[in-house]
Amino acid sequence: MLEYVGLIPLFPFIGFVINGLLGKKIKNEKVVGGLGALMVFCSFLVSSGILLQLIGRPAEERIFEKVIFTWIQSGQFKADAGFLVDPLSALMIMVVTGVGFLIHVYSIGYMHGEEGFYRYFAYLNLFTCSMLLLVLGNNMLLMFVGWEGVGLCSYLLIGYYFHKKSAGDAGKKAFVMNRVGDFGFLLGIFTLFWYMGQTHNVWTVNFREIAANAHLLPVGGVVTLIALFFFIGATGKSAQIPLYTWLPDAMEGPTPVSALIHAATMVTAGVYMIGRLNFIYIRSHEAMLVVAIVGAATAIFAATIGTAQNDIKRVLAYSTVSQLGFMFLAMGVGAFTAGVFHLMTHAFFKACLFLGSGSVIHSMHHALHHAHSHDDPQDMRNMGGLRKAMPITYLTFLVSTIAIAGIPGFSGFFSKDEILWQAFSNPFHGGLNIILWGTGAVAACFTAFYMFRLVFMTFFGECRITAKAKDHLHESPLVITFPLMVLGLLAVVGGYIGLPKLIGDMFGGIPNYFEQWLEPIFAGSHEFTLQQLAHAEVHHSHALEWGLMGASVVIAIVGISVAYTLYIASPQIPKKFTDAFPALHRAVYNKWYIDEIYDFLFVNPCKALGNFCWKGFDVLVVDGAVNGVASIVRGFSSVIKNLQTGYVHNYALSIVLGVVTIIAVYVIR
Amino acid sequence: MLTHHSYLILSAILFSLGALGVLIRRNAIIIFMCIEMMLNSVNLAFVSLSKYLGNIDGQIFVFFIMTVAAAEAAVGLALMIAFYNNRESVEVEDLNVMKW
Repeated sequence: MLEYVGLIPLFPFIGFVINGLLGKKIKNEKVVGGLGALMVFCSFLVSSGILLQLIGRPAEERIFEKVIFTWIQSGQFKADAGFLVDPLSALMIMVVTGVGFLIHVYSIGYMHGEEGFYRYFAYLNLFTCSMLLLVLGNNMLLMFVGWEGVGLCSYLLIGYYFHKKSAGDAGKKAFVMNRVGDFGFLLGIFTLFWYMGQTHNVWTVNFREIAANAHLLPVGGVVTLIALFFFIGATGKSAQIPLYTWLPDAMEGPTPVSALIHAATMVTAGVYMIGRLNFIYIRSHEAMLVVAIVGAATAIFAATIGTAQNDIKRVLAYSTVSQLGFMFLAMGVGAFTAGVFHLMTHAFFKACLFLGSGSVIHSMHHALHHAHSHDDPQDMRNMGGLRKAMPITYLTFLVSTIAIAGIPGFSGFFSKDEILWQAFSNPFHGGLNIILWGTGAVAACFTAFYMFRLVFMTFFGECRITAKAKDHLHESPLVITFPLMVLGLLAVVGGYIGLPKLIGDMFGGIPNYFEQWLEPIFAGSHEFTLQQLAHAEVHHSHALEWGLMGASVVIAIVGISVAYTLYIASPQIPKKFTDAFPALHRAVYNKWYIDEIYDFLFVNPCKALGNFCWKGFDVLVVDGAVNGVASIVRGFSSVIKNLQTGYVHNYALSIVLGVVTIIAVYVIR
Repeated sequence: MLTHHSYLILSAILFSLGALGVLIRRNAIIIFMCIEMMLNSVNLAFVSLSKYLGNIDGQIFVFFIMTVAAAEAAVGLALMIAFYNNRESVEVEDLNVMKW
């Protein structure tokens, strides 16, 4: 099966070509959508085969590289078009194709009757292809191709409803902000390639070769620079401070797109990239600290904004930013396994949450449409009491919410608790650990609060739409609820493959399968840490670990109880609160005015510069030079042209005069 | 007594008349005829000088000029007719579509 790894990105690409070229002619939604989903399902089957084959091998033989052809060769520089299958990429292709397939199926129901149905599926297939290329690429350049490809598809799908100006603007914003990050990524590739080549004569962009030569990299210095360049790339793609503002706006796209691209897969590319390059980060203490601080700051910052949003998708968007912050916090404290683990569990429950919100919006839209109401179907203030009308959506949504809030027994608990524990106990950041842990814990509390606020406002209480509209509320069809059920199930059980050692020991020594699985990838970094830091093997007491675990459970329960108090028990309190602190509420509601600040600091100066270059330089200087030359020539010719009267006599006269002159010259001389 | 001087003077007068006609007349056919007259004045000069110098070359040249003039007449008159069909006129002032 490993030999056929090339098929994994190929299938969605075939789907993209067929749907993109012929979709308009096919017209039949079942064929177009079925083809798109089928192609991803084929990839999923191949991925599963590869995963099973890898599991069958001993741990140290689980790396396989398949070179299709030499892509670029120029002097010392060589890049292959090849695929790297190892435990990390195998995990990623399973998440991408598995969740991707479910979302393709969901889209068939959700996008029913939309104009440009075929276009949607073509883009979605192209996205899947690019994402698989990103995770499977065996060198940094091929990864960059996938990296740009997913950015392009993100742009196309955010702007899917391009006739709406806000959607077009959001697409542009996402694309431009990602370009800022990509610039850092490119600089990282160049610097790494150049440094390895110049100082150690290792000219390569291949991941395996770089990893094999990682011992040549110094600690700190240029490695810090390289790591920070790559991290800039990650902040763009994975929506971290300071480049996160595009992600909430990306909610203009169709909801399944938000689930697939802006929650489950594409935005985790930055986390994957840091995981892939872990041997670089482990060698730069400063870069890790930056990653950890940015991650923790993003986690809490986005969480605070999430508490005051009323648009159901925007809450989820800020939640995604916040959870990505957790993943980067994990990366920054050297807990690569925990970060990737959270990436996976987050893909399950956040995809489920987004798809659930899509199901709610779908139903609300129909109900409001029937009642001829123009209320916003995404505004949670219009919802309420939906649990009776939509039991399956409610149940899956609730399960995923519990998972993200971090209640024991659900997947989110295992991954988030592992991150918090590592933030507290890692050997890298010394005294800052307690701050990182505290920030993460408060962010987790906010997470539990705003997620349950969302659930309470949407599914509990009294329905706030008109009675007429209420009669039209209904559960979504099976094609929509089926993916919800699968993802809801995964949101519950997905965490059990990565049981913390503490809990595993309690149940008779169940190992942490997830950690064992990823061990070959991060083993080098682990050894390096042990060599570098004498105190790396500090043993914290089990009591402390139990205590922190208990603390994070208490934190989650506090968040949930506050949400219950404010939105179920005594719903007048939020109103009183906002009246008491109007400035604070306004600031949070308006996302701390970050967009306005960015507009002031960056966007408007850039626009002014662009305007200057346009009107000042292009129009005046460039056009002026070109038009100036033309008008000089024209002015000159307007004088000269008078010689050409167009009268035959004048020409004849000049001929005669000329002849007479010539003869006269000869005669007189 | 007619000497070759007289032929050459006549030739010069005819040539000047022709050139004058080309310059001042508006009708294309007249201009055309003036050109013919200039050609024939040159022919006259050729023939008289040929006789005076006792060299046959000048007379042979005349045949060439007459041939060219005949061809020119054919083409020129065809042009006049085509022009007249388009413009209902053979005035050279009307030949102005190429003018700026």
